[in-house]
Amino acid sequence: MELDLLVEQFKQQDEKAFESLYNMYSTSMHGVINNIVRDTEIANEVMQDVFIKAWHNAGTYSAEKGRFFTWILNIARNAAIDKTRSKSFKNAKQNLNADFFVDIIETHESLNDKTDAIGIGKFIKKLAKKCVEVIELLYFKGYTQNEASEALNMPIGTIKTRNRNCIKELRAIVLT
Amino acid sequence: MDIKAYIESGILELYVAGALSEKENMEVHALMQEHPEILQEVLEIEKAITQLTAATSRDKDQAALENIKERLGFNPKVIPITKPKYNWVTYTGWAASVILTLGLFWTINKNKQLSSDIQTVTIEKSYLEQQIEAANTNLNDAKTLISVLRDDNITQVPLAGQGNFAQTYAKVYWDKDQQRIFLDAAGLPEPPAGKVYQVWSLTLNPLTPVSLGTLDSFITDDNKIFEIENLNQSEAFGITLEPEGGSESPTMEQLYTLGVVATTS
Repeated sequence: MELDLLVEQFKQQDEKAFESLYNMYSTSMHGVINNIVRDTEIANEVMQDVFIKAWHNAGTYSAEKGRFFTWILNIARNAAIDKTRSKSFKNAKQNLNADFFVDIIETHESLNDKTDAIGIGKFIKKLAKKCVEVIELLYFKGYTQNEASEALNMPIGTIKTRNRNCIKELRAIVLT
Repeated sequence: MDIKAYIESGILELYVAGALSEKENMEVHALMQEHPEILQEVLEIEKAITQLTAATSRDKDQAALENIKERLGFNPKVIPITKPKYNWVTYTGWAASVILTLGLFWTINKNKQLSSDIQTVTIEKSYLEQQIEAANTNLNDAKTLISVLRDDNITQVPLAGQGNFAQTYAKVYWDKDQQRIFLDAAGLPEPPAGKVYQVWSLTLNPLTPVSLGTLDSFITDDNKIFEIENLNQSEAFGITLEPEGGSESPTMEQLYTLGVVATTS
């Protein structure tokens, strides 16, 4: 598979492969980071650090332990969370509101972001509240199933099923 | 194993989220290799999540990739080779080549000049040889003259200018032993065109002239000394101006000089 090959080349420190993977995932990582830090400029800064860290740690990635997307998603979430814990960040952002990812999705055409994401934004916003919660925790915040179960006060089985159905709904929106 | 039930359990969504344990991750990975349906499901979930998360991006820095590449040292700007293209060997080579070329031209030029010099010298040499030869000839003539002048047996006969030609003169040195005379005709003017001087040997009683010949080379002869054979018992010598080719007998009106041989007792 082409993606597997790209990732393998990336592991071998292939600059072209790195660039391809950046083009595939950088916007997603920027989105995830932006959702955590709630500041596009800081998100840009952290995103650059994430890809640099990924390059330097390319050799440690192993397909057996998970998807490349998941691997870099972890790096991005951890970097963003680290950023929110830094002193400078805390001083600048005293009151981080507790909005969910759906609240920052743009539903109008933006001059800066002419991605498909804008077009599907309005549909994503229509996801049920229960979906928004579980997606927020599992994908944007990087909660484990146990942590999510605790946070939402739900058995793991219910988390899995609910999430499964929510992602199905999401797939119906974004993959058609 | 019920693949469908496995997929429906929702474990793959958690797999993509990174919410599973390491052990569970490895199990999913192994099953993905075995069952294409599972892999396909994972790819679709991943794609949906990628789209979802991308939707929350705003004002992403378009120059970020360039910044990252620069920070990672990718595509380093083509650094001009700091080492000079032309090292000292090249420079030395060219310098040597130029010097050689100049040297070659100089040599060729010099050779040409020397050849020209040799030619000039050769010409000068042959000219000098001619002069030396001429000088030798003159010297021989002079030596002969000196020997004649010093010879006791030589009779000197001055020829005095006659009549209208009183201004002219000549002298005869008569070497009786060798039966020849040397005529010094320096005192005669150049003969007019078509005319020559004719030399006569005379006996006085009776007056009989015998031609000794004409001075055909008078004008071209430098020292005006002429060696002439004389088999006669001459008593006097005379010089007349005659038409070219000479005459049978002297034209007395044109008698320039005349001298009587002094009788020696």
